[in-house]
Amino acid sequence: MAGPDRDCLSWFEASARQRLDALLDAGTFREAIGPAERRMSPHLPLFDLPCAFDDGIVVGSGALDGRTVFVAAQEGRFMGGAFGEVHGGKLVGMLRAAVEAKPEAVLLLFDTGGVRLQEANAGETAIAETMRAITEARAAGVPVIGLIGGRAGCYGGGGLIAGTCSRLAVSEGGRISVSGPEVIETNKGAEEFDSRDRALVWRTMGGKHRRLIGGADAFCDDTVAAFRAAALDLIGRAPAFDLAMLEAEQARLRARIDRFGDCRDATEIWARLGVNDPEAVPAMDTRAFEETVARVEEARHDAR
Amino acid sequence: MTLAEILTSLFPEGHAVTVADGLVAGDGPFDGGRMRVIGIDGDTPLGVEGALTLAGHVLEAVRAGDKAPILVAVDSDSQRMSRRDELLGLNECLAHLAKALLLADRHGHPTIGLLYGHSAAGAFIATALATRVLAALPGANPSVMDLPSVARVTKLPLEKLQEMAQSTPVFAPGLDNMLATGAVHAVLDPAAPLGPQIASLIADRPEGDVRDRLGRERGGRPVAEEIARLVAGRLRAG
Repeated sequence: MAGPDRDCLSWFEASARQRLDALLDAGTFREAIGPAERRMSPHLPLFDLPCAFDDGIVVGSGALDGRTVFVAAQEGRFMGGAFGEVHGGKLVGMLRAAVEAKPEAVLLLFDTGGVRLQEANAGETAIAETMRAITEARAAGVPVIGLIGGRAGCYGGGGLIAGTCSRLAVSEGGRISVSGPEVIETNKGAEEFDSRDRALVWRTMGGKHRRLIGGADAFCDDTVAAFRAAALDLIGRAPAFDLAMLEAEQARLRARIDRFGDCRDATEIWARLGVNDPEAVPAMDTRAFEETVARVEEARHDAR
Repeated sequence: MTLAEILTSLFPEGHAVTVADGLVAGDGPFDGGRMRVIGIDGDTPLGVEGALTLAGHVLEAVRAGDKAPILVAVDSDSQRMSRRDELLGLNECLAHLAKALLLADRHGHPTIGLLYGHSAAGAFIATALATRVLAALPGANPSVMDLPSVARVTKLPLEKLQEMAQSTPVFAPGLDNMLATGAVHAVLDPAAPLGPQIASLIADRPEGDVRDRLGRERGGRPVAEEIARLVAGRLRAG
């Protein structure tokens, strides 16, 4: 693809491979285990389910504006981007290499519903291994940047991994949460969470809410160019992984609960944050939203 | 074993560990020094407040700089499933707790998980699975999702799943399966005093993350270690 087409590609619509191809400097991506090697799930056939040659994740290295980066991109269209054994092993291996090889950054392109139930124990353990490896990479001085704007969102263990990253960029379509809308509704009833109420889903878990409360550090248009610009900016201002940072995060999250713990809806939180017209937030374009964010103190911090 | 029985076995001379709202905190004399205890009791779900309370105790331990062992005792539900918790950023709060435990480990505090009841999903990842060594007592029941729920999501008959669970540890709930996956390192003997058993786990704790190796050796996660090693090797080679 030529430059302008690559830049305009919708992050939400693109596949994992298209995102990586367009995000990195042209022709620089090198995949660590390619689909030709067919390292597929040994477990899905037991459930009579089809496998993917890459098990729903693409990992490797490349260049971002000339800098060496390690990358992992989840494919939300295969099993909802869920963590299985091979999928998790690829991600963990990439992060462990980053601890020693010290690339200029690690980029995680999240697109996941969480653990793959058919391989639940392997997926859950891989999430724990991933979080440990991320903190080791961060402690070694490697920024780990999460990019969230895919179809499957960033749910379950994916949400916990996102919370372990140095910085997060999110688009309007990106959603970050632990329990998904359907999970809450199934367990607690539609009065607690009506999963068919899409506006409620976006308000509660969507990119704008996360950006306003400081749950993400950049808000992007749904284009590869916007995510690339955000990634470059965030690499340059990644917080350390140390006691001072975690104490600041403890204070930041406590203050959030103290201040907004009695709010029933995101619009109440936005009003208390000083947003003039909270009802207008969902329809704001990126520029108007950025101007709103610029006036919100909670959105700027080094406590992650 | 109940939490009270565990604490009595661990600290025969007495202890200062208390439980409030299902959250465990305190310490007791251990191996010539002190051991800190945090945790979740009574099948309690872990929400934003609980995660921050526990993380606060861990950060206080790191600040004290005594390198005392931290025991994370867990009998929890899953993460608290609610609109309010997600609105307030439950993913950040749970990750924060896990990061606090991982930081404590880096600062020289041995971190040991002790699973003595249920645990699942986000609560499991943020607590027991964020320790260096995870031990369990017989009767512990970790799970990602129970089989009837798996049946609903996968649209497979429950009977078939129950049959598959006999031979396939990778998806089925239960301690034996988490042991086979490598997530749980060891099962303790409830008939013997727990203190020496925990002390020996601390003394022998692995240097790095060995869960994928254990998973291969025990057959519950046959390929994860090999895949991770292959990817890491190729990326290091450049």
